[in-house]
Amino acid sequence: MSESSAGSGRTRRRVVLVDDHRLFRSGVRAELGDRVEVVGEAGDVDEAVAVVTATRPDVVLLDVHLPGGGGRAVLDACVESLPDVRFLALSVSDAADDVIGVVRGGARGYVTKAISGDELVDAIDRVASGDAVFSPRLAGFVLDAFASGLPESADDGLDALSPREREVMRLIARGYTYREVARELVLSVKTVETHVSAVLRKLQLSNRHELARWAAARHLV
Amino acid sequence: MLGGVCRGISDHTGWSVTALRLSFVALTLAGGLGIVLYAAYWVWLPVAPEPGAPEQPGRDLAGVLGLGALGLGIALALSAAGLDLTGTWITPLILVAVGVAVLWRQSDESRREMLRADLQASARATTLTVLRRSGPRILLGVALVLLGVFGAVLSQGDVWASLRGLAAALLAVAGVALVLFPFVAGWARDLATERRARIRSEERAEVAAQVHDSVLQTLTLIQRAAQDPDEVVRLARTEERALRRWLYAPVGDPGETLVAAIESVAAEVESVVACSVEVVSVGDVAADDRVEALVAAAREAVLNAAKHAGGTVSVYVECTATTAEVFVRDRGRGFDPDRVPEDRLGLRESVIGRMDRAGGRARVRSVPGEGTEIDLLLPLSLPARSTP
Repeated sequence: MSESSAGSGRTRRRVVLVDDHRLFRSGVRAELGDRVEVVGEAGDVDEAVAVVTATRPDVVLLDVHLPGGGGRAVLDACVESLPDVRFLALSVSDAADDVIGVVRGGARGYVTKAISGDELVDAIDRVASGDAVFSPRLAGFVLDAFASGLPESADDGLDALSPREREVMRLIARGYTYREVARELVLSVKTVETHVSAVLRKLQLSNRHELARWAAARHLV
Repeated sequence: MLGGVCRGISDHTGWSVTALRLSFVALTLAGGLGIVLYAAYWVWLPVAPEPGAPEQPGRDLAGVLGLGALGLGIALALSAAGLDLTGTWITPLILVAVGVAVLWRQSDESRREMLRADLQASARATTLTVLRRSGPRILLGVALVLLGVFGAVLSQGDVWASLRGLAAALLAVAGVALVLFPFVAGWARDLATERRARIRSEERAEVAAQVHDSVLQTLTLIQRAAQDPDEVVRLARTEERALRRWLYAPVGDPGETLVAAIESVAAEVESVVACSVEVVSVGDVAADDRVEALVAAAREAVLNAAKHAGGTVSVYVECTATTAEVFVRDRGRGFDPDRVPEDRLGLRESVIGRMDRAGGRARVRSVPGEGTEIDLLLPLSLPARSTP
């Protein structure tokens, strides 16, 4: 996701790091360098809520697994009261249930900890400007959830993805950056971002029960 | 005294044991109700704890009274319906019931005894102890059952002479079955308990073996390779993948499904070349000859990407009802597909040729400077000529 925005002229985003491993936090801090301004760190849910409330950063990098209730608990405590703070989930977790859980809790995206520093800076920027960040793995989970033969009743099931949204998701799952997706489908990057955000919204609004059943059917719970 | 019911109720309510016993006897003489009540309490009330052991939470007074009221109600209803509890056939029946109750209750206790003692001493000694301790009760139970059966047979009039033999035989068989049932049921339960324990210990052994074979070995290797960062990363990634698969994918036999096979290809390539292979999958299909050809082609594609591009190789597997498709994408220098370099000729043979033979197709898209994507498509339902 190396985007043209990764230049020097833009504002430095204010970021809070939430992860229970101090070593990992300092690693991320080093990777990000001075391209973002790290205004706070937290190692558990209570600490995270306090730091985020006090500093009101642009973006919170949020670990999915945290002592005290997980990333989900931080989202539940902050999303309503701090609508300007954006959350980006960062995890090694492969369990679809956890990932879908934080996204539904209000995170604007999900990236794995294997992400490079440049990509992470780019993802932070994208999330800060209100867009969604889908890693290939999240795109795969989404395609699976929306395609696994769930009942498609209008108000109970998942809203189906539009053909265009499905195409975008497939390309992201194949490892394409937004820019590459845009070129492949002859769209503007902005349009691709709009499609991804629409998918994120469908994911957050769709019926919780259906998603749980999907996850259970995949033995991922 | 027989089952400790009066003692139990007394412990519970604080009433005098003697008074309780007397009232049970009085109730029995007044129409047999006492025996019914006694039996009911014996069956339903919890067994008292060992002397010295902390008292178990038992049924409360309301429960005791409720049971009494229930028994009284049944007895009254029976009397009202014209059935005299002291009648000729009711009494033997009650005797049989009490006898069976003694035995069932006894089997429960003796099994517990055996389990407890098993932990300390040999099984034979335990059995003897139990027999000596509970022998009188077993004898009493058998005697009561026999008496009841005998009484029932005797009470039949001469009119039924022809049926008497048959009835007696049936009753005797039923009596024996009733006597044996609790013991057999007890054995079956013990067997099930033992099997569950064995399964648990096998699971624990499996976890221990997994941790030993993989995690501990890898940690040792990592310590030895501490000077070589690439090697450490490679070892850690390989181990992470193996552990993750073991935790999250219950049966990931590479021979069984396409996704499992691709995952194992990714692990294999990562262990050979220093790179990371990210596999994303949607849907899955069972492996067959043609799917295996797809896996072999994908393996070649991933290996090529890892060798020539390095970095992160993205693999996306998508299965629908009609097709299985694998995309392999790298971020290397790329090349002009029309002028395939010498060292990439393997692509033509092992990837494109293999997919053609399996009835699918392979597409290579590469832009110099932007990496390469190989798209392998296999139609799943194909007419006859397909299978090689």
